[in-house]
This record gives sequence, C-alpha cells and structure tokens, in this order.
Amino acid sequence: MLIRRAPRFTASEITDPALYLSRRELIAGAAAALALAPARGAAATPPLQPLAATRNATFSLGEPPTKFEAATTYNNFYEFGVNKDDPSRLGHTLRARPWTVQVDGLVHKAKTFDIDELIRLFPLEERVYSLRCVEAWSMVIPWIGFPLASLLKRVEPTGQGKFVEFTTLLDAGQFPAQKPGFFGYSSLDWPYVEGLRLDEAMNPLTLLTVGMYGKVLPNQNGAPVRVVVPWKYGFKSAKSIVRIRLVSEQPKTAWEKAAPQEYGFYSNVNPAVSHPRWSQADERRIGEFRRRPTLPFNGYADQVASLYAGMDLKKNY
Amino acid sequence: MSRPTRVAVKIAVWGVCLAPLALLGYRAWSDDLGANPISFITNTLGDWTLRILLASLAMTPLRIVFGLSWPITLRRLLGLFAFAYVCLHFAVWIVLDFFFDWPRMWADIVKRPYITMGMLALLSLIPLAATSTTGMIRRLGARAWTRLHRLAYVAAVCAALHYLWLAKVGVTDPYWYAGALAVLLGVRGWDWGRRVARRRRAVAAPSRGA
Repeated sequence: MLIRRAPRFTASEITDPALYLSRRELIAGAAAALALAPARGAAATPPLQPLAATRNATFSLGEPPTKFEAATTYNNFYEFGVNKDDPSRLGHTLRARPWTVQVDGLVHKAKTFDIDELIRLFPLEERVYSLRCVEAWSMVIPWIGFPLASLLKRVEPTGQGKFVEFTTLLDAGQFPAQKPGFFGYSSLDWPYVEGLRLDEAMNPLTLLTVGMYGKVLPNQNGAPVRVVVPWKYGFKSAKSIVRIRLVSEQPKTAWEKAAPQEYGFYSNVNPAVSHPRWSQADERRIGEFRRRPTLPFNGYADQVASLYAGMDLKKNY
Repeated sequence: MSRPTRVAVKIAVWGVCLAPLALLGYRAWSDDLGANPISFITNTLGDWTLRILLASLAMTPLRIVFGLSWPITLRRLLGLFAFAYVCLHFAVWIVLDFFFDWPRMWADIVKRPYITMGMLALLSLIPLAATSTTGMIRRLGARAWTRLHRLAYVAAVCAALHYLWLAKVGVTDPYWYAGALAVLLGVRGWDWGRRVARRRRAVAAPSRGA
C-alpha cells in the first residue's frame, strides 16, 4: 500500500476539511456533553488526546460520518452493561494506560507490546468505515489504526495457525458488568473472546484501531485498542484487546457460547440471512429517518466476497 | 373512601399515566431522545404500556389480598391508558419505524414471533377498550362483559412474551415484568381455587344435614 509509506508529518500539516469539520462537531458535542454532565450525573472524563493520521481514501466511504456524540453515547459494550448508554455512563472506570497487548500463539516471534509502542510501530491511517450492528442499525465512523496484517506479519506466523483469537480485558474492577449479578447471573461468559479466520484477519480491510474522529479511542468505544472488521456485524470487532493469539482451531466466541443459533462465527453482514428474531434486509443509519437496504458484506463485497467462494453462507452465518 | 379522596386518587392516576408521555414530548422538543430517537420512543411507549397494563391487573389482587375495594374503581382508567399507550407504540412502529411499508410489516407479523405476540396483545385490547363504557356493560350484561374482559389476561401474557422474545441476551427487565404478571395471575388463580372449594363445601353441606 503506497499510502502507508507517506511521510508522517504531512498529516499534521494538512488537515483534511472533513476531519476539521468533525473536530468542530466534536467540540460542540463536548460542550453539549459538559452542559448535560451535571444533570445526568456522568463522571468527568479527561479530554481525549488528538491522534494524527493520514486519510486512506481508497478505504474510505464517501458518506458523512455519524455525529461524534451519537457514536460515543449509543454503544454496545457488554462489559459496561447491556444498555446503549451504559458504556458512556460507566466507561470512566476503564484505565486505558498502562496497557499491554500480548501477541502469541502459533508465531515465531511472540511479543507483548506496550500500547504506546504499538501505536508508534506502524503509520496510522484514517479510514471511514460503515459499522453495521447485528441489531439492524449502522453508523459511519472515521477510525484510526493500521492493518492487523502488519502486526501479524511482524510476529511471523508459523503457518500452522488458521485462526486469530482476540481476548478483551478481564477485570471486574474496570468492567462493572463482569461482576456477577443476582444468583451469579452474567450476561456473557467473560472474558469476551472473538475470532477471525487467518485470511480474514490478514485482509487489508481488517483494521487494528487505536483512535476515531481524530482522537484516541474513547473508553466506551473500546480503548485503547480494538479491531474493526467492517464487513461483519459489529460484535465481531472485539474491543479493549489484551491478547491476540494465532490458533489452529476455530475459537469459541463469547456470543456463540451465549446464543449459537443467533450469532455464528462468521457473522458476515448478509441481508439474505435473517437473525432468527428479526430481518437483516435493512438497517437504520443513525441520524437518518428512513431505513435503508443492507448491502451484502456491508458494501465491502468487492474486497471480501472471494474469501467465502464456494461456502454456503446460510449455513455459515 | 370519601368523594374528595376518590377524585384526588383519580387525578393522581391521570398525572402518573400522562407524565411519561409529557416527558417524551419534552425530550423530543429539546432534542434529547438520544442517537436512535425512533427506537427510544418505541421502547418508552412499550415499557409504559406494559407497566400500566400490569397496574390495571393489580387492582383485583389488591382486593383479594388486602381487602381493598376502592382500587377496582381505577381499573378502567388504567386499562384505557394502557390501550392509549399501545396505540401510540403501534403508530410509531407504522409511521416512524417502517414508514407505511405494509408488506414488510406484514412479513414481520407472520414471521417474527415477538411481533406476532405484540399484535395479538394489541388486538385483544381493542374489544376491551370498545366495551369499556357503562352503557356497553349494561348492553352486554355483567356476565358476558366479565367473560369478554378476561381477554385482559391474554393481552398481558402476549405483551410479556412480546418483551421476553425481543430482548437480547443479558437483558433481564422482561423477566421481572413476566414475574410480576405471574404473581398477579397467581393471586387470582389462588382466589379462584379458594372460591371453588368454598362453593363445593356449600353444596355438600345441606346433603350432610339431610
């Protein structure tokens, strides 16, 4: 990829208009959040550090991004609770520094990376992706990160690994919903585990993500590092990752354990395959009134459909 | 209960039942419905339908358990408010959520069990609302009217299932509502069993005396 080799300093000198407009929105959003904070009893969160990145136009949608405020207050992050506003209300308990990510399994050079080292390791790109939630809503988000493939190549897979397993932090002190509730009740079997086939993980679209909207990731969006797999339903994109492991067997994911008939391992966005309880034929883009049709592979069919050639996607949902 | 107290209680019920709607209106006006306003409105109206419906079904158990008879006088008002909320909930689904996409909505009604249940709950409340006036009670006769109004149980069970089946993994609220409904129906079941036993004893007693 040519763009990845672009000199770093140009990013800070030439600000993309869309980016600086989104920054204005961000300031307005932050002001609004501040104004509402006392009324809602939200804890004060420190301002997010800006993060410079070069826009990768090839991998960016031409659509305007979802409002920053919406993208940071309407979240599914079960570690904080099952409600959409739980992550933004309770996210302050997560400590994104210090943080390490263990990259190991079937690799020659297993290594535990400090998060700040990881961020400096590869040039950061900004990519505007569509995010399609399995609950039939979607957003457009300018993520900042680098291809997961770059990191995986660096640790040198042995060739025996067929899958990549992602593990989210397990710490009930930082994630309130990991504490057992009534009668030991827990919404999911912690820690949150997700997985991809190795070729999916190596696809250039798969982004190891450390920021969004020109800033570092807010806690409620999976700070300090998450993965973004735009052609799959949102829950496949594991947040607050502490471990990335190459394995030979298909990982058993948290959602498969909770409801295998509803959340399959692949979970590619597919308008032709309904969720057992609702249709996936259309979606509501946050900020829009009418539903819009859902596209196969969330619009990324050109880049990823070939990964599934010959597979029955109704069976491998 | 004195007349002024009764009036005060009625006013309070009106206030409590209208407050969620007023708050929703205020939040809409102040642009504070969150990132997904349509979903927020639908869920709020659905929540209050179920709450008020359960409240209406709690009036009889209050008499059975605590011997209070005045709550029964609030039952019709609560039932009609539940009906008003479910109508708004349904209207939002048609207009805001699917914008009159009839084929799509019909497909969901027949294909998605939770929507089927929601529709059944709504349909079973319609005859109840239609026959809620004193004139209708007189016209139907107390016995037929009472029998018809047992549909309220069907509506509540369908509504509780509607919520149970739509909720995703980890959402526990619908279980609390279903539990509350089970208690309310359980009290009735227990009372009914008690009355049947008493009637049997009453029938048996004279024969023993003869």
